[in-house]
Amino acid sequence: MTTKVSTPEMKSLHFQPRTPGTTPGDKVVGAVSHTALTIWTLIVILPLLWTFMSSFKTSSEIFASPFALPGEWKLDNYVKAWSEAGIGSAFLNSVIVVAVALVIVMVLGAMCAYVLARYTFPGSRAIYYLMLAGLTFPIFLAMVPLFFVLKNMGLLNTLPGLILVYVGFALPFTVFFLFSFFKSLPHEITEAAALDGAGEWRTFFQVMLPMAKPGLASVAIFNFLGLWNQFLIPVSINAAGPRVLSQELAAFAGQMGYAVDYGALFAAVSVTVIPVLIVYVIFQRQLQGSVSQGTSK
Amino acid sequence: MTSVKTQQSRNDDGLAAVVPAKAPLQVVRRRRKPLTWDKVSFFAVFLGLPLAIYLLFVIWPFIQAFGYSLTDWSGFSPNQNFIGLENYVKIFTDDIFMKAMSNNILLVIFLPIITIILSLVLASLVTVGGSSKGQIKGLRNSSFYRVVSFFPYTIPAVAIGIMWGQIYDPSGGLLNGILTGLGLDQFKDFAWLGDKNTAMIATMFVIVWGFVGFYMVLFVAGIKGIPAELFEAARIDGAGRFRTAVSITIPLIRDNIQTAYIYMGILALDAFVYMAALNSGGGPDNSTLVMAQQLFFTAFSKGQFGLASAMGVVLAIATLIFSGLVFLVNRLTGGDKDVSL
Repeated sequence: MTTKVSTPEMKSLHFQPRTPGTTPGDKVVGAVSHTALTIWTLIVILPLLWTFMSSFKTSSEIFASPFALPGEWKLDNYVKAWSEAGIGSAFLNSVIVVAVALVIVMVLGAMCAYVLARYTFPGSRAIYYLMLAGLTFPIFLAMVPLFFVLKNMGLLNTLPGLILVYVGFALPFTVFFLFSFFKSLPHEITEAAALDGAGEWRTFFQVMLPMAKPGLASVAIFNFLGLWNQFLIPVSINAAGPRVLSQELAAFAGQMGYAVDYGALFAAVSVTVIPVLIVYVIFQRQLQGSVSQGTSK
Repeated sequence: MTSVKTQQSRNDDGLAAVVPAKAPLQVVRRRRKPLTWDKVSFFAVFLGLPLAIYLLFVIWPFIQAFGYSLTDWSGFSPNQNFIGLENYVKIFTDDIFMKAMSNNILLVIFLPIITIILSLVLASLVTVGGSSKGQIKGLRNSSFYRVVSFFPYTIPAVAIGIMWGQIYDPSGGLLNGILTGLGLDQFKDFAWLGDKNTAMIATMFVIVWGFVGFYMVLFVAGIKGIPAELFEAARIDGAGRFRTAVSITIPLIRDNIQTAYIYMGILALDAFVYMAALNSGGGPDNSTLVMAQQLFFTAFSKGQFGLASAMGVVLAIATLIFSGLVFLVNRLTGGDKDVSL
């Protein structure tokens, strides 16, 4: 975008081509900007580093001084958090639930968005608005009746029940986002596929879905973060079931008042934070791209 | 079937312009296929399956909630008596719920404003903070700031809450450690979350901390979408940085700002996770209690499902009023005119 500016006609407006240089004012602004951004960066990163450092300390070391480095860099706290506090099994539950729900919601969401975007039939707009309505209503309103819907189906406090609810609540966003994406794909391609004898199913899975890959990737990233961070749904409808990570973390912190083991708590938080952070740093380029994609729609 | 027809007519128009006379007719004949198994199964699965899950697990509970809110149902007893609007009367005369609602209103007023201003400033610094000569440039190494600022968005809200709960810890926490280290000894053992004057502010800061990076990235994307010629023209006309930000940047990304405002507002009306993780009991003097916490407690601890559903309806109506207000303000201040650019 910015490179476009220095086109020849731009320069011809001024008789002398402008050479980029820095004035004293720029230096001041630059310095102030860097300072402000550095301060915010520190505010973001210091709590994270402190948490990570504290996760290696014993409880007495934590209370002695918030800054002192741990006496020994041992993994005891992590072992304790992973096995005794149940963070390990909750982590696996979370991975299973989020992975399965993500695959289902991406497939179903893409199918639904494709039909709504590419076919006009009576009621198609009504369905689209119904999806939009699901985006604006607070999840809270649905929790009490949902509890009984799942109870009647025998799915309360089970992981399959949790997966289905995750799919349901991630669906509107997925459909809404992919709708505009499928709408923008050229019509000629579907026609070409139809001429070549591909049925509706084959057209979708072999032609349209591969073309929608960039859109799918963006939605998948946001759905992953949304579902991985979900807290209200599991504590409402999975309170007595196999716990997921956010649930286990809250339960662990909740009992801290009685059995104080702050080192293990810091370790539990670190275990939750670090894997996603690493994945983010690896894929941050794509993610920044998907944010801009989401806004241009 | 109807769908195929309308699509054709659209294509026919296009074709007719190029190929005159009989060509469109042929196209129509070729495409009018009978209802095949392929097509029927396609619609049944592609539309039916997602819709069934959505209706059963999302729409149906929403509808039921309105019904429950008019009953005195306790959840586990079979009898549900219709009591009209009694639950709503109870809610609006309940001091604790009204306290929770006023806390939510406080959050709705301050959270979006603070988050958006802070992320707008940071986004502007990153994108147009560079040299005032030549091309419009961002700061050097600005992507580093952007990447790091986004970190909190990848962390589960529960983890954020627990982490900050430890940072605010009166004796072993990072914040008091820093403050006493700077010589401010009055903060030794000061309980940020235990004092009713600071609990809400401290909690708000945590939420802002969690979202500034995300909206900063959103605004950076928006600012980069503005044609650079506009900035260039403003500069030639002698506009300074501040003037450019106010007269060019903000009007041109006001759609993004509106989206951010609505999302942050909806979050402020909920805020359950943060409140539950930082002060699960509602804080000192209920100073951080929010409606969602009260709803959760009423439903799953006290078993008053009818009353809890009514609270949910109040929460939903508050959300709708808020979104409507934001749209209205944006429209009244001339939002649509600028969007078309």
